[in-house]
Amino acid sequence: MIVADLMLPFPFELGFMQRALLACVAVGAFAPAIGVFLVQKRLSLIGDGIGHVAFAGVGAGLLVGWAPLWTALAFAVAGSLGIEWFRARRRTSGDVALAIVFYSGIALGVVLISLGGGLSADVFAYLFGAPLTVHPSEVRSIVGLGLGIVLTVVALRRALFSVVTDEEWSQVAGVPVRALNLLLAVLTAVAVVAAMQIVGILLVAAMMVLPVAAAQMVARSFKGALAISIAIGIGASIAGLGVSRVAGSAPSGTIVLVAAGVFVVVSIASRSAHRIRGTVEADV
Amino acid sequence: MDSTAPETPRGRAPEDASPREDLLGAEGLSFAYGRDLVIDDVDLSVRAGEFVALVGPNGSGKSTLVKLLLGSLEPLTGAARLFGRPPRSVHRRGRLGYVPQRPNLSSELPATVREIVAAGRLTDGRWWRPLSRTDRDEVGHAIASVGLSELSRRPVNALSGGQQQRAFIARAFASEPSLLVLDEPIAGVDAASQRLFRDSLVHLIREHGAGVLLVSHELSAVADDVDRVIVLKQRVLFDGRPADLAARGVGSLGVHPEDLPIWLEQLS
Repeated sequence: MIVADLMLPFPFELGFMQRALLACVAVGAFAPAIGVFLVQKRLSLIGDGIGHVAFAGVGAGLLVGWAPLWTALAFAVAGSLGIEWFRARRRTSGDVALAIVFYSGIALGVVLISLGGGLSADVFAYLFGAPLTVHPSEVRSIVGLGLGIVLTVVALRRALFSVVTDEEWSQVAGVPVRALNLLLAVLTAVAVVAAMQIVGILLVAAMMVLPVAAAQMVARSFKGALAISIAIGIGASIAGLGVSRVAGSAPSGTIVLVAAGVFVVVSIASRSAHRIRGTVEADV
Repeated sequence: MDSTAPETPRGRAPEDASPREDLLGAEGLSFAYGRDLVIDDVDLSVRAGEFVALVGPNGSGKSTLVKLLLGSLEPLTGAARLFGRPPRSVHRRGRLGYVPQRPNLSSELPATVREIVAAGRLTDGRWWRPLSRTDRDEVGHAIASVGLSELSRRPVNALSGGQQQRAFIARAFASEPSLLVLDEPIAGVDAASQRLFRDSLVHLIREHGAGVLLVSHELSAVADDVDRVIVLKQRVLFDGRPADLAARGVGSLGVHPEDLPIWLEQLS
């Protein structure tokens, strides 16, 4: 039913555009739902880092002749748990842990892929995505996965919020800090790998951060920030995909630019709002 | 086990705390960072209904001792006890209220006072459940007890330092604790907030029989209500009633006057 032709207006009147729309909207919803917690943990760049590790996994799969999806998932989960392990032990800051994983990942990916026969168009698709050629079964899996991620995050939002805002207190209060951190790491890895097949690493990694960055400037509660992030993610996906059809531009790149545009506009608007409020309060 | 501590029912409601229950304890506790001995052979206890102040100069090991007592650190020698058991074996922590030193709410995201305080209801294995009506009521009471009701829907990072600190104290109150551990909770809190804070602490002790361990430099707001003072400088230098400490004079403890907590100077 998901993949049947729906009665939608231009630019979404065609079947392939509708499938792309569903896939991109799913990513636009679940990436910021995870991203809210990652940004709070100061791991904004983890999506990209995990993406590059997954890229190495693709290289490994191509080299040994296994399905790249599963090798990519194995690498991504291992990389994500590795970052969490480094971070939790305070061996290094989250920032440096990310950089180490990020660069080793992409270097390993390039080496493995070159050993396996050079860079191909397939590899390019992993980085920047090809939502317009997405298969109906892929749409079903990414929408299902997206629903699963959003429901998990919404159900556990209070506990996850407590862990990412005040880890020391949560530990003492008996909240299962380690389990929740591991869950977040695994969810991140699964989200990146699932999305990279369809929309590319760029889109999923950017959608974990840009909508959240815009939302945190206008939201006045954590619940609000979560809802606004998801709304911006979905909105940017629809608008960006529509613009890309009209302009004939790359869909993922266009969606990310729209999300970045939302951030800039919100940033300017909230600053002027603050200034106006500041002047009013000063007058009183 | 302390033989004077009777068997008590292990419920989580504060009313369950029997008046003599040993809530928090240490026997021969030592700890070192590398080769630096920070805690040396410390014995202490906090019983139900007791208000104990832990004071000492900067770097005397107060915060390390708190971490040992709560199981965040493993001791080098000796043993800590939380509700009569090794701290790390106590997984359901609903009876414990904790206010960390400088709670660092990084201000990346907005969070309301209510959202922060509601985290206090996650303890006792309830971290995955939605908030019940009781949870909401308790959160409301905790916020009211620190005088933040009117600000409860404001983002915490828009509040003053003292108001933020009160929000974190309310989070500790929200689980209706029978043991409250507070690490430097009133540093930087204005006088009006200190009075409110004192009133809610005294209420918790007198009405609910809770035990309180307050780590502080400055106790002027609560000095009259403290049952017992423990002076720490790596070792326990003094453990007794505030009046006895005043009678002995603080100088006899070998603490440099400039390191003294402010209120100790007033006593001596």
